[in-house]
This record gives sequence, C-alpha cells and structure tokens, in this order.
Amino acid sequence: MTTLSVLCYLIRMKVEWDGRSYDIEKRMTGRKLLESFNLSREAHLIVANGKLTTEDQTLNTTDTVRIIRVISGG
Amino acid sequence: MKCRVCGKPASLSLRAYNTALCADDFIAFLEKRVLQTIRRYKLINTGERPLVAVSGGKDSLALWTILNRLGFAADGMYIDLGIAEYSQTSYLKARAMADELNRRLFRFSIPKVFGKEVAELSRITRRPPCSLCGTVKRYAMNRVCVTEGYSVLLTGHNLDDEASALLGNILYWKEEYLWKKDVVLEGQGSSLAKKAKPFFLCSEREVAAYALLKGIDYVYEECPYAVGARTLVYKNVLNQIEEMSPATKIMFLKGYLKRLRSEPKREQATSCIACGYPTYTEKCNFCSLMDRVGGDQRFAVDTYDPAETRMEPGETRPDNHA
Repeated sequence: MTTLSVLCYLIRMKVEWDGRSYDIEKRMTGRKLLESFNLSREAHLIVANGKLTTEDQTLNTTDTVRIIRVISGG
Repeated sequence: MKCRVCGKPASLSLRAYNTALCADDFIAFLEKRVLQTIRRYKLINTGERPLVAVSGGKDSLALWTILNRLGFAADGMYIDLGIAEYSQTSYLKARAMADELNRRLFRFSIPKVFGKEVAELSRITRRPPCSLCGTVKRYAMNRVCVTEGYSVLLTGHNLDDEASALLGNILYWKEEYLWKKDVVLEGQGSSLAKKAKPFFLCSEREVAAYALLKGIDYVYEECPYAVGARTLVYKNVLNQIEEMSPATKIMFLKGYLKRLRSEPKREQATSCIACGYPTYTEKCNFCSLMDRVGGDQRFAVDTYDPAETRMEPGETRPDNHA
C-alpha cells in the first residue's frame, strides 16, 4: 500500500510551457489545464504525447504535455 | 470530440465553424480554404509568378508549403534584419524549407546595404525598430519582385494579424490606413508588384496547428522587438471576445471586406524620384533613409537555389501554376 502511494505521488503529468517544466498531480481536461495557467484557448494549442489534442480531452498523470503559444507580434 | 468528417478522434476543435477535425481532415480543410481564398479574391491569376515573403515563422513557412502543395510554383524571399541570433536562426529555417520545397530563396540583407543592424539604424534615425523594419520590408519585397520578375507577392498575414490591425486603426481612427487592408492590393505598372494575403480568413491558431501537424520547423521565439507590441494586446482582447462568442473575428473581417468594396478608390501614388517605386511623397521612405544613413545596394540581394546542387544536368524545375 505504501509503495503504491509513493508511486502515485511520483507519477505526475509533465507540462512544458514557456520554456519551463511543471509537474501536475491531477488528471484534467486540456481546457482545465489552460485555465490553471490562465491561458486562452484561442491563443494556445495542446500537444499530448506528441499529438495535437482538443481541449475536451482528458490528460492523464502519465502524459507528457506541451502547451504551444500560437500568437505572435508580427 | 470526434472528427466531423471521418469520426476518428479529433485533433483540433474549430469553434468558429462549430466543428472538430482530425489531423488529415484539418490539413485538407485549411488547404481548401486557402485555395478558395486565392480563387475568390483572384490572388494569383493564370500566368502570374508568385513570390512568398518568408520570415522563418509559422505563417510564412506554412503559406510557402501550402502554395507549393496546391501547385503554385512559388519561390521565397527573406529579409535579413541583422537581429543577432534571431535573424540567423530564422534564415536557416527559411533555407531548410527552400531545400524541402526545392524552390529558390532570395535574401535581402539590411547589414549589407547599410553596414549596420536595425538596432543601430533605429538609434541613428530615432525611429522605432518596427517602423524601420516596415519601411525596409515594403521596399525590399517590392524590389525583389520587380527585379526578379515576380508579379505577385504573397505574405503570411492571417486573420488575427488583420483583425488586430483593423481594431487598432478603428480605435485611433487612423483613416489613412483604415481602408488599405484588403486581401489583395493590385500592383502599379512595372514598378509595384501586386500583394496578396491567402491566410486572410485563416486564424493564427489554425495556421499554427497546420504548421505543427505538417512538422514544419519554424522559429518559435518572438522577434525581440515585438515583445510588448500593441498588436499583441489587441490580439489578446479579440481572443477573449472570440472565446465568449466564437466566429467574432471572422465576422469582423468579413464585414470590413464588405464595406471596403463600396469605398471609393484611393488616389494613385506617384513615382519616387530616386528609385522609381510608388510613393505619396517626392522620395520614398527607403530612399530617404538611404540619404540620411548612407548605404550601398549593390550586394543587397543574394539567391539560394537548392536546385543548383540537386538537379541533374539538363533537368528543369517545374514552373507551371495550378
């Protein structure tokens, strides 16, 4: 039981955003993830495990997620 | 969410169209939309030679890719602003795309013309870097088109770029710019190339998704001078509205285009007494800059042609348009 608890504690969603890495403890939808970073759905894309995903998709604690900014000043 | 076309898991939700698409169907959707824009607004007519303004960013590289996939044999041009590592990296991305598409890439170099980088020019002229950059880009893009025989210049301006510029022009009632944001700006004789924006009705998010799905290697970093730009504020405001009310941005631009068609034509520009390119003053801004700072344009443009190293003797590159 203790081992399982430790494993659950260690397994966290890896999120890469703006050149930094974050560990997220809970599974959540892409939409919730963007909200937690205070980011607009219109201005960002979510790539989970190398694949572009819609914001309604649930991201698991085993996932590696990249948030991509799409807006540039140009 | 499921793809509306094939039912597979969707890769992208498109709230403005109340739909979601998988990777393959989204790529087909965006390419079709660009082709429709080109045809509807007559951006590239039969016999016209297209040149794409390439910055190394997602929009221009995606545009260059799409045009060639649609059968328009478009070459590219890059403007080296001399912004340290940023310019070097972006040029390498543009050149890698030239290799992939097997198309020519022209490079207009500011440091070669002025012997100075944009930052130094900005300091000398006391003009903001973005204002200088605009002056040089307008001149350089037209110069390469005119001297190299391209009749239409295509830029990667997208829906968000245009909507934010329009918002800015309305907020400050800049009437001198307000009615100059058409999808296509016709040329003027042999001295001004036609300009067109095939992504006019494609959002920045859609173009970024396309670039990502096609594995396009673009410069992700922002131009150091764009940080804090007012355009970014307008884009954020418009995206907040878009989140609450999807399709607002496209309605905003479509409404603008509708009104633009009924506006009277602008006055014709005259020719610059130094270079002969169109201007509304005696001398164009670029020639005035040359007078003030001093420069030499003899080595301004170089050409990278991947075909020269790849093609067999006697083989020719296809130049037929779709």
